Amino acid sequence: MKYAGLLVMPAGFFLSIAALVLFSDPALRTTFVVCGLAVELLGLGVAVRGHMEPRPKENSPAARP
Amino acid sequence: MTIPPLESPFSESMFALTLALLLLAPLAIAGVALLNAGLGRSRSAAQAMLGCVTILSISAIAFAIAGAGLSGTLGSSAHRFQMAGKSWDWLGAGPFLLHHFSALSPQAQFALLFQFLAVALAAFIPWGAGADRLRLSAGCVISIILAAVAFPLLAHWIWSGGWLAQLGVNFTLGAGFLDCAGAATVHTLGGLSALAVIWIVGPRKGKFPREGLATAMPAHNAIYVLFGGLIAFVGWMAWNIAGAILWLHAPAAALALIAINTLLSAAAALLATFTVTRIRFGKPDASLCANGWLAGLVVSSACAGIVTPGEAIFTGLVIGVVTPLLVEVLELALSIDDPSGAIAVHAAGSLWGLLAAGMFAPQPCQFLAQLVGIATLLGLVLPLVYLLFWLLNRVIPFRADADGERLGMDLYELGGGAFPEFVIHRDESYH
Repeated sequence: MKYAGLLVMPAGFFLSIAALVLFSDPALRTTFVVCGLAVELLGLGVAVRGHMEPRPKENSPAARP
Repeated sequence: MTIPPLESPFSESMFALTLALLLLAPLAIAGVALLNAGLGRSRSAAQAMLGCVTILSISAIAFAIAGAGLSGTLGSSAHRFQMAGKSWDWLGAGPFLLHHFSALSPQAQFALLFQFLAVALAAFIPWGAGADRLRLSAGCVISIILAAVAFPLLAHWIWSGGWLAQLGVNFTLGAGFLDCAGAATVHTLGGLSALAVIWIVGPRKGKFPREGLATAMPAHNAIYVLFGGLIAFVGWMAWNIAGAILWLHAPAAALALIAINTLLSAAAALLATFTVTRIRFGKPDASLCANGWLAGLVVSSACAGIVTPGEAIFTGLVIGVVTPLLVEVLELALSIDDPSGAIAVHAAGSLWGLLAAGMFAPQPCQFLAQLVGIATLLGLVLPLVYLLFWLLNRVIPFRADADGERLGMDLYELGGGAFPEFVIHRDESYH
């Protein structure tokens, strides 16, 4: 999880660059660049989740007094 | 706003003004150092300040040896490749150790001086984020990586005619990626490096107990924090104006407005943070207000040279509301222990500023150019610095051992505290 998110992020970057190279229409470019950013944010979310400190759930034995 | 052609050669008055501004700009670095030291714990304060001076020194030498050549200046030689019929300028090819410095134009010499200051400030940001557990040696190697690899890459792409600066010429995206005073090269790079460092070193011991909420570890000296913010403001005005002269080629008539925009952005951010913390906690929070003020300054780095005063207030208000909320979310919901608030202040603030610069710039498609720049920062720079730091951590462990955290970094690394005549409170979280 930790590293999967970070590996996904460059994919978003390459999607954004591909949009510039492949399309000349500003609307299409914007759409694909925004999609690239969305992929990056998804990867960032996964990386953040993977790095979170493990905390016991409310009803788990570790959380009971 | 269109970028006017470079005034060449510099008039004597512009030369003197730029030099004076660049001599004032280190106050921003001093302010951030003081603010970071104040936000940490008292038992790590001397290590935090010594770290700042050491990082400043090491980053300057690393940048002189390797970074300056890779970063280059506008019009200097560079490595390029061809793709889709366009030339992609991706890395400077200047000589190492500043061998060419005396042959450069005054503008190029100032541009390099600006970069020396920028790289030091960028390296301070992860150092502040790793406060109370990051070893001094780790801070030094992090600054070498930033000064010799990450910063030169970004600075070349954005300031030295690299592919991000050429987005306007190659793909008709406005004036290319705009970064007037280091929002991307300094603050986004520093903020994302801070996130990578925090992920690698983990939280301070006792910060996230197995039961209950995160432990509050408040700033040890609110005076340092707030005074640091005030000193930083002086340096920031000089920084933003010098950046606008060097990177936007701003004429003398535009410089007062840039200073006013810097002040308005910071003021609006402070008032917004003051109000949010007053509503949220019943009383305004001094540390968060200082963070809000600094976030307003960071936003101004991206757009003070582009926006109107009204827009500067708007951008400041937005980041002033976001900063305290984001600090809370990062700590309570995402278990990110960031003592200096580097991610909320520098990363989020600069990203918002870069977006706002695209929103308010009059050139068509400027917003798209800014989006591409942000995609590069998030999608390429964060994984790159994380990978480099992760590898480095295998060789030189970033985190101090348990003794270091228990004793405090001052005693552990320096053998003496910052406040030897004061009794330091025992940390209950270790018992």
